[in-house]
Amino acid sequence: MTGGAIWIAVPVLLPLLAAAALLVLERAAPRVQFAVALVATLAGLAVALELFAHATTDAIGVYLLGNWPAPYGITLVLDRLSALMVVLTAALALPGLLYGEARFAQRAPHFRAFFQFELAGLNGAFLTGDLFNLFVCFELLLIASYALLLHAAGPRALATGFRYVVVNLVGSSLFLVAVSLLYGVTGTLSLADLAIKVPSVPVESLGLLRAAGYMLLVVFAIKAAIVPLGYWLPGAYAAAPAPATVLFALMTKVGVYAVLRVGSVAFGVDGGALALLGQDVLFALGVVTIAVAAIGCWAARRLGSLAAFLVMLSAGTLMAAVSTGSGATLPGALYYAAHSTFAGALLFLLADAIGHQRGDTGDALVTGASIHQATLLGLLFVFAAAANAGLPPFSGFIGKLAILEGSLGSPEARWLWAAMLTGGLLATVALARAGSRVFWKVGTGPGAAVSLAPLELAAIAILATCSVALALFAAPAQRYAAATAAQLAEPGQYVRAVLGAPPVPGPGAHVASDGLSR
Amino acid sequence: MTAGLLATGIGVLFGTGVWLCLRARTFDVVLGLTLLTYGVNLFIFAMGRVVARAEPILRPGVAPTLANYTDPLPQALVLTAIVISFAMTAVLLALALASRFELDDDACDSGVDEPRDDDGEERTR
Repeated sequence: MTGGAIWIAVPVLLPLLAAAALLVLERAAPRVQFAVALVATLAGLAVALELFAHATTDAIGVYLLGNWPAPYGITLVLDRLSALMVVLTAALALPGLLYGEARFAQRAPHFRAFFQFELAGLNGAFLTGDLFNLFVCFELLLIASYALLLHAAGPRALATGFRYVVVNLVGSSLFLVAVSLLYGVTGTLSLADLAIKVPSVPVESLGLLRAAGYMLLVVFAIKAAIVPLGYWLPGAYAAAPAPATVLFALMTKVGVYAVLRVGSVAFGVDGGALALLGQDVLFALGVVTIAVAAIGCWAARRLGSLAAFLVMLSAGTLMAAVSTGSGATLPGALYYAAHSTFAGALLFLLADAIGHQRGDTGDALVTGASIHQATLLGLLFVFAAAANAGLPPFSGFIGKLAILEGSLGSPEARWLWAAMLTGGLLATVALARAGSRVFWKVGTGPGAAVSLAPLELAAIAILATCSVALALFAAPAQRYAAATAAQLAEPGQYVRAVLGAPPVPGPGAHVASDGLSR
Repeated sequence: MTAGLLATGIGVLFGTGVWLCLRARTFDVVLGLTLLTYGVNLFIFAMGRVVARAEPILRPGVAPTLANYTDPLPQALVLTAIVISFAMTAVLLALALASRFELDDDACDSGVDEPRDDDGEERTR
């Protein structure tokens, strides 16, 4: 893929250009802005699918930014895991944009631009093969998420938003300390190069390296909203505007992705004294997160908070499932990551739609106004609730089953089984209670007589379709997940692909040698 | 000596930064985060070895090894980190001001339904 490698940069560049264009078009008619955003999002989806198709061949694509040879410059790397996450991002971007266009964009004029910036940050984080670049992409997606969260925000979002921003800024500072420590000890920040340097670090520097590794895990745990670092999530996500929450459902997965990527390449099985650093701690914290989030589901007083706690629940499940020592739960975890993203986003959108139709009652879980489109939203809610809780026959059940099956025979199995089954039960009851409150305990007359706009309906339909498709095509999806896990288990492939990537020869090489001799 | 001074400076910045971050008012937290990022920036800089009077750019006649030059990479990293933290501080300040005027309160936990513990002077206005 030497000639076509530039396509790997497109998922980052395209949203960036679109966002810049949208800022220029600030005063253009909303229809024009929407068209630009829509074209960019659809093109991004097409490119993501193309990259996905390339990744299924098991080849690892590498793009050298600025044509700098591998360990010195920044690389973008496309393997199965990155491709999966990029496709997920693109699949979420479309419903998010459509849903936001219907109502939110009217009072939040810069929504479309921020949305594209966030897409660029997400895709960059998934594609980069360099730790410092990962930091930059994290910041890009975070600053876009601050803007999305607080754009046209009410007092509630302001109050929770401040905490969200502060927690993540402290996390960023820690990230920088960890990254520079790693650089100080190993002299490199390229993940592939780290994989080679980490096992041969002299004994006297191992302590520093271990500190850096643990600090990275703390940072990723903050992003993934793992207890005790994840208390920023429920408030911020519940207060965020609905179209933003679609992407937020994916943002906790960025943390898990980073743990998986750095864990498998830099501190992987070949990591010498630091192999599988911190895995047992992450597993335990994942299990605790499941418990805390399940209790949170019961305590939630609004449908949006309930959806936020369910995101936390899935983050805990994922973190526990990617941190079992054997790695046999990894295919199930990857499938579950895709499922929980769609299911979580769907529930967020439904909570917003329900809140809108209940008028003043909003999405509070109290006796309130009746819902205008009760049948449609009710059926969709039952579907979303069943998918989120992991009830058969939907994708959540398949994902959980795959994780639980994979854990069989490992020492962690009993903890994982107990936590996931109890958590699932608690979530089911909480969702059932919420559903009956919202749809059946109708006391104070009709709510707002508004129907779902066609765009909103389309957004919800896309997410529901993705979720159903994941269940219908579970076999190919699980085959892909298994192949991804196999690829992650052999970081050598990744390292060889990155370090062996040849710079493009041509006029550029000539100029470079001239520049040196001058 | 230089290294010890630098390390102490970073430590003081981190210490005061963390302490201010744990305060309950937004302005203190913003200041704390700013100090924290100063500490971080110095730390990144220090990770490229502390060398005095060495150049980052290659010169003819001087062997191109790190013994003769300062490591330019941490300097590039610091530059990026400074730009990003500057932008983040601006966002945070805007946010702190917005919540100060919208909620008429500069407590970090304003707008939450948990009861506040009353220390007296922080609440009086």
